[in-house]
Amino acid sequence: MNNSILILIEHLKDAIADISFEMLGIGRKIADSFNGSLHAVVLGKDINKFLPELGIADSIFVADDEKLEMASPETIADIIKSIIEIKGISITILGGTNTAAGVGPILSSKLKLPYLNFCKNIRVEGDNIIVTNQLFGGKILSDVKLDGMKGIISVNPGSFPSDAGKASKVVPVVEIDLSQIKIKNYFKKYIEPEAGDVDITKENVLVSVGRGIENADNLSLAEDLIGVLGGAISASRPVIDQGWLPLSRQVGKSGMTVKPKLYFALGISGAPEHVEGMKDSDCIVAINKDPAAPIFNVAHYGVCGDLLEIVPSLTEKLKAKKG
Amino acid sequence: MDPVDVNILGVQGVYILWVLTAVSMFFFVRRITKIIKILNRARPENRFDNFKERIVNFILYVLGQKKLFGERTIGLPHFLFFWGFVFYAGSFWWNLLRGLIPVLPIPYSDEVGIITFALEIMGVLVLLSIIVAVLRRIFFPPQHLQQSFDAVIILSLITILMVTLLLGQGYKGTIEASVWSPIGSIIASGLSVSENTAVDTFKAFWWIHIISVLFFLGYIPYSKHMHLLASPFNVLFRNNSQPADLTIKSNSEDIGSGASKWTEFTWKDLLNSFSCAECGRCDRACPAQNSGAVLAPRVILHKIKEQMYETGFNKNGNGIHEIFEDKISKEELWQCTTCMSCMQQCPVLNEHLPVIISMRRFLINQGEVEQTVQDVLQKITRYGNSFGQSDRNRPKWTAALEPKIKDARKEEVEYLWLTGDYAAFDSRLQSITQKTAYIFQKSGLDFGILYEAEKNSGNDVRRIGEEGLFEVLRDKNTQQIKKSKFKKIITTDPHTYNTLKNEYKLSDNGDDVSIRHYTEVIDELINEKKITFNNKLNIKATYHDPCYLGRYNGVYEPPRKILKSIGVTLVEMPRNRAKSYCCGAGGGRIWMEDKTPVKERPSESRIREAAALKDVSLMVVACPKDIVMFQDAVKTTGNEGKLEIKDISELVFESMK
Amino acid sequence: MNFIVFLKMVPDVIEELKIADDGKQLDSDWIRMKLNECDENAVEEAIILKEKFGGKVTAVALDAPELDDALFNALAKGADKAVKIIGEWKDVHSPAIAEIFAKYLRDNNLIDNQTLILSGSQAIDDIEGELVYYLGELLNLPAFGVITHVDYDSGQNSVSLVKEFAGGLRGEFSSGLPAVLGIQASENPPRYIPIAKIRAIMKSAAIEEVVIPPDGLPAGTTIEKMFEPETTGKAEMLDGSTDEIIEKLIGIFSDKGII
Repeated sequence: MNNSILILIEHLKDAIADISFEMLGIGRKIADSFNGSLHAVVLGKDINKFLPELGIADSIFVADDEKLEMASPETIADIIKSIIEIKGISITILGGTNTAAGVGPILSSKLKLPYLNFCKNIRVEGDNIIVTNQLFGGKILSDVKLDGMKGIISVNPGSFPSDAGKASKVVPVVEIDLSQIKIKNYFKKYIEPEAGDVDITKENVLVSVGRGIENADNLSLAEDLIGVLGGAISASRPVIDQGWLPLSRQVGKSGMTVKPKLYFALGISGAPEHVEGMKDSDCIVAINKDPAAPIFNVAHYGVCGDLLEIVPSLTEKLKAKKG
Repeated sequence: MDPVDVNILGVQGVYILWVLTAVSMFFFVRRITKIIKILNRARPENRFDNFKERIVNFILYVLGQKKLFGERTIGLPHFLFFWGFVFYAGSFWWNLLRGLIPVLPIPYSDEVGIITFALEIMGVLVLLSIIVAVLRRIFFPPQHLQQSFDAVIILSLITILMVTLLLGQGYKGTIEASVWSPIGSIIASGLSVSENTAVDTFKAFWWIHIISVLFFLGYIPYSKHMHLLASPFNVLFRNNSQPADLTIKSNSEDIGSGASKWTEFTWKDLLNSFSCAECGRCDRACPAQNSGAVLAPRVILHKIKEQMYETGFNKNGNGIHEIFEDKISKEELWQCTTCMSCMQQCPVLNEHLPVIISMRRFLINQGEVEQTVQDVLQKITRYGNSFGQSDRNRPKWTAALEPKIKDARKEEVEYLWLTGDYAAFDSRLQSITQKTAYIFQKSGLDFGILYEAEKNSGNDVRRIGEEGLFEVLRDKNTQQIKKSKFKKIITTDPHTYNTLKNEYKLSDNGDDVSIRHYTEVIDELINEKKITFNNKLNIKATYHDPCYLGRYNGVYEPPRKILKSIGVTLVEMPRNRAKSYCCGAGGGRIWMEDKTPVKERPSESRIREAAALKDVSLMVVACPKDIVMFQDAVKTTGNEGKLEIKDISELVFESMK
Repeated sequence: MNFIVFLKMVPDVIEELKIADDGKQLDSDWIRMKLNECDENAVEEAIILKEKFGGKVTAVALDAPELDDALFNALAKGADKAVKIIGEWKDVHSPAIAEIFAKYLRDNNLIDNQTLILSGSQAIDDIEGELVYYLGELLNLPAFGVITHVDYDSGQNSVSLVKEFAGGLRGEFSSGLPAVLGIQASENPPRYIPIAKIRAIMKSAAIEEVVIPPDGLPAGTTIEKMFEPETTGKAEMLDGSTDEIIEKLIGIFSDKGII
């Protein structure tokens, strides 16, 4: 067993995604506990600019080629496989995102290694690596032992501190030999989101609505509230899927990641895909009818009650205080 | 003085009469035949059962004109129009027969003393009624009354007939006085003409009268006055069980797939359109129409008639478009709350609801209903309740109760209690259901529930048009109910009550299983002195009759008697009992989004009606959905703190504490 | 065109999920199964594509409780054939499920150059949507997950796909056939099929049954322990009357400098 860990660095558009730093942080921790080495692999177009930020790794594997922009997961898996075979990597860590989707299963199938996803914790217990992953949308957790300390793990964004993975150090870079890799790329172009009227990632206050809002008519409650509180309306996926608000307002795994001063969650249950997008907000206040709603695990303040009753009264009181 | 004995332009009167009669009969018969052919092309329906019920309806509503008295002013006048018409029609055929066949050894009708007397008195009464009707149409027409050309024609025609008869009698009276002709004598006394002039004028009036009737006869089937011929049959063939029981007795296989064009309705559905007199009573009563929505029951029937007229008279039936393309919008069909106020008000006993539901069945079959309704139907299909919660949650409202409520799936009980979805799952309503349980327990009632095995009763599922799902729910519930041992069934929700009572077949031998609403049971318990009231409430309150309890099933008194027993002074709202105004939740409306902006929701109108009562700050209801609808409306009408909504159980509970 | 849709019954999380006494799996008494919502979208997308471009839709699923309803529903929506795969496996996860589906396709020679294999992009027990990629790898076909739009070019025999990324960003991809698609959302929401139509289909159509032996299936990972996350939320719960709660909220907002 080689005790070396490989991280697939994620980047979207022109920045390294935060998840990459989370993975580097936990990767470093695990590698250190075995005196092992930590490696990063970066693939894509114009990626050399990212290298200085990856100083926490012991070495970085790079392939900079325009054919690799949005390359198919099979290609990424093939490249990673070649590194694993050359370097003798034991554990590969990937991000649990739409960008990296597919790499884990394909790699697992090719290498006949276990693939564990939606992980929120990786820890060392004696000679074993135990992975805690979330099942059924986070309702159940399971601890799985990585047999022979070999495997592929995909990490749920927001599980680890990203600061632990940041270091600017100059680190050896290895060019990947792509000559034996059959590059498959089906990507044609990006489709930008419609110029939303509002960039929710820049707002200080977000009043966010979920299924608990019940219907589009009740959006007026949120609108009235931001009328006195300021800020903008955002939403969880179910509300966007119904078409009550545009895609630009979606918070979560498939939407935006936001960090406002105040995140006021109305009728949002707190499924992991949503929490991922707002967990770093300064102050999270949640109203939900269900006392067991997962949102209360991430909120700073919670109210178990009927938002349809509370919000209008809150707006009234705020108006009175202002005027 | 034979009026037919004249010579017009060299032709003998009798021949002219024959020709005119032939022309009139030609148009009349031709049109009637076409209409009957249309009815023949519709789907069959068995409306030939319950003979006694049908005769009683005929007597009350055709001969007795009972529904006409439901609105002010016009009741008596129309009663007189009807009987006047019957009498004058009789007299007309008599005269026509005699006129056409001069050799018949019978007198004219006005040559028989007593008949003459009746004709004259009737004539005056009808004329007075005409005056009332015309003044009403000009100066205080009710909303939705169709001021059409047809209406002008009929009123003018009736006036002409009465005037010609009376004036004719007047001129006759100058020649032969008769004690049987009081009005004629009065008119005669003001006339001074020669005998020849009198005879000629009398004959002239007779001809004007006969020609007017012959014209009208030919005209009837081309106008809204078809209602004269169609409505007696409409009343005869109406089912008292509709719309409480929406089962259509037909051996047509397609009946469950609904209707999208006139050929897909049953002949009875189509007969409604021909019977409609366009009085507008249904529109006036409709909560959807009054809230500003597009739906108007009269218009629905009218549009179907339009389609029949436009496409029904050609030989082939192909190429008839779906009625939704240009006549009836899908949106308006979904606006119906199924409150049946339209049917309640209709003087010709039209059955608007089955027609609307048939079209809903078609739309559901095409999957053409809004997403929120689809979601609810899928929740009901999967979980057996409209809340989309696990069926294991249904009995959770009982968790805190001591002793535990009997499980009727395992133990025999006297009363099997079905609460319905809202009373069990809605967090606002569970405490009320608990109080009802407390009342039952304290009064020693032997009752039990089906716990998780109860499913949505299907009343509103059927009324939204998902007939297949209704059948599944009915079958599953029936199976479970039949497995249990009980004597009577109690329901909390009037919707559950309605379908269990009228649409479920719960016994194998055809006997009725006793279905009671909880207010009926509490009333009984009070009568049997099984409930003791420790404090009378001494307040004034008003009571809202739920549509499915009151108008549908006639249960008006038990809730009122309960309120009296607990010391509540009842102040009735203007629209009470059969005229109660719907809260707007029925027909699946509570599952729909409030998308179309309306003037005023039905529930808001009702709240304002209650709030306007002097010294009343409490409205009592007996249906879980009413609590939900009215509590919301209290807020949206700004009546918070002024009007409270409570269920009867809550008041009885307070009074028992 | 040849559309093959793979469906899966998954635990319905509306029910309480209870852990069995051995602490390593779910208590099967409490589990109720339902059709994976994304798979419903996959069926709808296949039907929509068939309506646009012609062809045949086959719905395939592994035997599970209440599966028949889901297959008849697919037939009622317009699928041409429904297949139930029967075998003696227990608790299979995505790698094994993909293996079974792949065997079914290979053994019956069902893949031609006009074939599109569709499945839901994710499921409550496959949040990352691995199934589609395992399938692609086993069949040596390109696989695409999180797809929200599919268009077919018959001239090129290729599909144009839109995939969702974070932040509202989407990407357009293009691929030849055959291919494996993980559908996130169909073009239109899944159509409603009235119960009457499903009952009619149950009388007129039959579900084909196919047996696949459980040999050679990859083993799953062993779960050491299954447990519930701590529900002691870190939120400070505000209670009292509505007015009191509102006062507290206003206090919090002003402390944070929001108002």
